[in-house]
Amino acid sequence: MSLYRTELRRLVKRRFTRYMTLLGLLVLLAVVVGTFLTNEKLDADAIARAERQAEQSYQEQVRWTAQEKAACEAAKAAGTADDGRYPDDCSVISPPPREAIETSWFLPSTFDFRESFAETLIPFAGILALVGFVIGASFVGAEWSTGGMMNLLLWRPPRLTVLLTKLAALLTGLLTVTLAAAVAWFAGFWLVATFRGNTEKMTAGVWQSFTLTGLRAVALVLAVTAVGFALASLGRHTAMALGGVVAVMVVGQFGLGILLDMAGVRFPEAWLLPTYAVAWMQKKVTLEDWQSCNATVFGECKPDTFDVTWQQSSVLFVVGVAVILGAALWAMRRRDIS
Amino acid sequence: MPAVLEIEGLRKTYKSRRRGTRNALDGFDMRVEAGQVHGFLGPNGSGKTTTLRTLLGLIRPNAGRMRILGQEVPEALPVVAGQVGAIVESPQFFPHFTARDTLSLLASAGDVPATRVDEVLELVGLRDRAGERVKTYSLGMKQRLAVASALLKNPKLLILDEPANGLDPGGIREMRTLMRTLAESGMTVVLSSHILGEIQLICDSVTIISLGRRVAFGPVDEVLAQHSSGAVRVRLEAAADLPAATEVLTRAGVRVTGQADHLMLAGVDKPAAVTRLLAEQGLYVSELTPVTVDLESVFLELTATAPVPGQHRQVDQSTKVGGPEQSGAAGGRWGA
Repeated sequence: MSLYRTELRRLVKRRFTRYMTLLGLLVLLAVVVGTFLTNEKLDADAIARAERQAEQSYQEQVRWTAQEKAACEAAKAAGTADDGRYPDDCSVISPPPREAIETSWFLPSTFDFRESFAETLIPFAGILALVGFVIGASFVGAEWSTGGMMNLLLWRPPRLTVLLTKLAALLTGLLTVTLAAAVAWFAGFWLVATFRGNTEKMTAGVWQSFTLTGLRAVALVLAVTAVGFALASLGRHTAMALGGVVAVMVVGQFGLGILLDMAGVRFPEAWLLPTYAVAWMQKKVTLEDWQSCNATVFGECKPDTFDVTWQQSSVLFVVGVAVILGAALWAMRRRDIS
Repeated sequence: MPAVLEIEGLRKTYKSRRRGTRNALDGFDMRVEAGQVHGFLGPNGSGKTTTLRTLLGLIRPNAGRMRILGQEVPEALPVVAGQVGAIVESPQFFPHFTARDTLSLLASAGDVPATRVDEVLELVGLRDRAGERVKTYSLGMKQRLAVASALLKNPKLLILDEPANGLDPGGIREMRTLMRTLAESGMTVVLSSHILGEIQLICDSVTIISLGRRVAFGPVDEVLAQHSSGAVRVRLEAAADLPAATEVLTRAGVRVTGQADHLMLAGVDKPAAVTRLLAEQGLYVSELTPVTVDLESVFLELTATAPVPGQHRQVDQSTKVGGPEQSGAAGGRWGA
């Protein structure tokens, strides 16, 4: 227990931990503030203004089609209408129906908590996962590269206990920050919705769904943090984790994406990690193959689809974390420390 | 005296497809008795640090037995770690923490009372600089901090690898005094160093390692005596008598080397016999001086690492016990 408390103290004492956490929280705050500034509450004036703009737009369409229809008929009469600019029958040039121009197009952006909040949890998880990865990698990587780990092992020889205690302290720290940030995130967007949108139709089911999505975000942050920690421990340097993730993203993701695209593979996104991260957060991502056609009774072409579910993502992430963490533990136990 | 540290037949082999097999430790033996300051000497690359790392559980040996405070290690390391303070090789600390933070975290991890931190900071002379970040420290200050971290547990066995590295002359003397004081208080100190004059002054006993094997061990005086050549310098009242003296001594079985104004005798067990022998022949001695050896010359002789003009010795060029250069030398078992 004393080692666990010590490692928590060490984590909090490190400037890198503090600065990275602060930076991550500032980015999250910037997202909330940005959303607040770019949205407005819809009052009767705003709706009336939007209706006037929709009507104005409709009238412009009517005027424009009248001009075009007149020009078409003039061209027909002059015999110069065969350049493909006008249809054979000028009467088909008609304005769109009034209801085709929706008032909502002219409404200012407004934050509907029920409709939009779940989407905000994806950048929330992404930003904190990045912070967790870097802090996790640095927490153990710096210990290895500066000799701190060796010093500690002279005091606490059981290696696996030391590494797992460090990981436990790290995850505790990240969990605390993520939960606090999640509460602030919910509260922040509730305020945004209250003052710059609406909080209508919030049922218990919606709250439950948001809570579960939030918990999945927390799990994603902790998993990515553990991966950063394990990679840095495996390479005994922070750079191993950072270099590893750059290599995976650049070569394994962008490069693989281009290669799969060139090879004409169906659903290339199914091979890319971000797809699984989004599926984990949204519960499902439906990929579409636009090179295929499934005819409908209305004569439309529907593409083939492939669903990536949160269950598939969870299997992938659990196996990935287990393999990388297992390798780090194995290396900690077997490799000499010199 | 009971042994605090015992090593028998320790082996560590590094295998590489490209470079083949290298025995860093090749059946190494060592014994340190309680309350001693024990010097652990060897040329670069001889296996000193590998031995210490292996002993402390940082490196896994291929064979051999090790005991610390009567307990088999590495199995019992979790039990004895609280009684062993160690610094291995150069001092390494997280550069952005202060010395006090560094020691405080170690104390906290090892269940050592926080008050001990100030005690050891005072002991190594870092009290007034304890609030500064380690990255601002000189090598000598880091070395002091390393010693402080090793002393934090108030250990029964203190293992220090090159503790005087980077210290100023005053610091070296302070370190020497500290080692003696700690030994007098009952602590056993194992000291690895290349400053052989210091080792000779501080240590009660030594172990010398070369290419992973022990080449000499025992109390410092005994090691020096064992490797003393028994050389004696003799001057006579009249330099003209030197040839006659040479003849008399050679007849008596003494190896004599004549110089312009004196004779160098080798293999003399009792210098008094030389005086008597020459006086019986009417040759009177004006000076008879046993030529003493120091630890440095013994070390250079035992490890065959004395510099040779015009040659550039490589790190692995030293004596190997039982090798082609030397055979039948010290083996070693428990308590040898």
